[in-house]
Amino acid sequence: MVNAIEVSNISKQFVLRHTRSIKEAVVWLVKGRKGDLSEKFHALKNVTVEIKTGETVALLGLNGSGKSTLLKHISGVMLPDTGSVKTRGRVAGLIEVGAGFHPDLSGRDNVFLNGAILGMTEQQVKDRFDDIVEFSEIGQFIDTEVKFYSSGMYLRLAFSVAVHTDPEVFLIDEILAVGDEPFQRKCIDKIQELARDGKTLVVVSHDLDLVSRICERGILLEHGNVKFDGSIHEAVALLRS
Amino acid sequence: MSAISPSELTTPGLGSGLRDVRQSSFLLKLLVRKELKVRYRGSVLGLLWSYVKPGVQFVVFYVALGVFLGLERSPRNPDGLANYAVYLFSGIVLINFFSEALGNAARSIVNNGNLIKKIYLPRELFPVASVWVSAVHFFPQLVVLVAGCIIAGWQPNFFQLLAAVAGFLIVGLLATGLGLLFGAANVYFRDSENLVDMLLMVATWASPVMYAWTMVQEKLGPGWFAVYQANPITIGVELFHYAFWFPTTDGSAAMPPDLFSVWLPVGLAVSLAVVTLGQFTFRRLEGRFAQEL
Repeated sequence: MVNAIEVSNISKQFVLRHTRSIKEAVVWLVKGRKGDLSEKFHALKNVTVEIKTGETVALLGLNGSGKSTLLKHISGVMLPDTGSVKTRGRVAGLIEVGAGFHPDLSGRDNVFLNGAILGMTEQQVKDRFDDIVEFSEIGQFIDTEVKFYSSGMYLRLAFSVAVHTDPEVFLIDEILAVGDEPFQRKCIDKIQELARDGKTLVVVSHDLDLVSRICERGILLEHGNVKFDGSIHEAVALLRS
Repeated sequence: MSAISPSELTTPGLGSGLRDVRQSSFLLKLLVRKELKVRYRGSVLGLLWSYVKPGVQFVVFYVALGVFLGLERSPRNPDGLANYAVYLFSGIVLINFFSEALGNAARSIVNNGNLIKKIYLPRELFPVASVWVSAVHFFPQLVVLVAGCIIAGWQPNFFQLLAAVAGFLIVGLLATGLGLLFGAANVYFRDSENLVDMLLMVATWASPVMYAWTMVQEKLGPGWFAVYQANPITIGVELFHYAFWFPTTDGSAAMPPDLFSVWLPVGLAVSLAVVTLGQFTFRRLEGRFAQEL
């Protein structure tokens, strides 16, 4: 098996910026750069992770441990300060479903817009449109503006677009709590189906029971460091202890 | 993004600039369509606002400048500009296009921050989409302008129409370049959008939209006039005058010297340089958009 994702030795520092205006920056320069203009903290420290094609991996950790930051580096939203990230094939993030939705557009328009944002071509969206609508169970409301949707409908449609983008690597950030119980089960079935088809999955979730059902491997992060990398059950046990 | 083959390792998050925009033309089309749909949502007049606003602006300027300040040629004012209404409006539509394009492009990255923070896509799409949206809004104004020109006896030749296209292209490129530059800078310093507002106010008066270029030449002398002429917006406006206003006059009005041999290439070159600079700055800054927004 080849590697789908190679994260080598990346570090990321965040600047907790104090200033937001040119004026303050100029004053700081004139005063001879006294004091630090900004505070910094390490979100990720020398993280190295290799994920093989077809693996299902959960990123675990408490809030602020760097899980989502790592996911953003894999998707390319962020670039590391040092180290490198490489991916194979198309990567799609189910990162906060509905980020590309616009409330004033109809469900149909949003399917097209969101599909394109997630990297689908015009033909792909057209071909999969019926499947997307069917999976989302939106039915006749597809031509209604999404601002009139219930939050469950909204998430269902967004999730449906995302799972139909068909990339090689799926990044899933805390979105498995979609809709009601039956739909949630449907989503999890879909994700397991993707895993069976040999897609690479990287999941961030606080629902430990759920991730231990979906994933085989767990990576436990703590303060931006990899604390444990191994079987999901050990990782969950370690986090719970 | 769709061009990645599954057999190679690639580094995510490194785009290839404006070339990516061409590859994501489907997404660009949808973004433009979204903006157009959303712009006048919930308003009774809808797209008509794109006619009403420049219409009112035109009337105000025409009455104040043309009539009160005496720029319009009339029996009592033989030194004024013939067909001042056409002269004024052909400049206003181009300035409006530029203002809207740059104003929205400069805000586009911050306004789409939610998306940029979460999903990787070529971020150049947002400023470029803003320019396209403005181009669509420019079209109804162009229709009004042409209607006005025809009433005033407009009979352009092919070369004059080509001049209009060139003027539009120069200004569109300039707006794209500055939009990339200020859009990226706005992520770090929100002052940038205020700077743009100020710049746009200056731009309206720094080109011969309301007045004639000859007045500038008289006051500035040849040296400074060359500086004034090097402004791509000035060149664009003069090309528009040449295309729309000049054919409605008796042909005695003077066009700026060397407009086609010198200034048109200069305008194009300056605009392309600004696009290059904007692209360069944008790419330097875009790596940290997600954490700064």
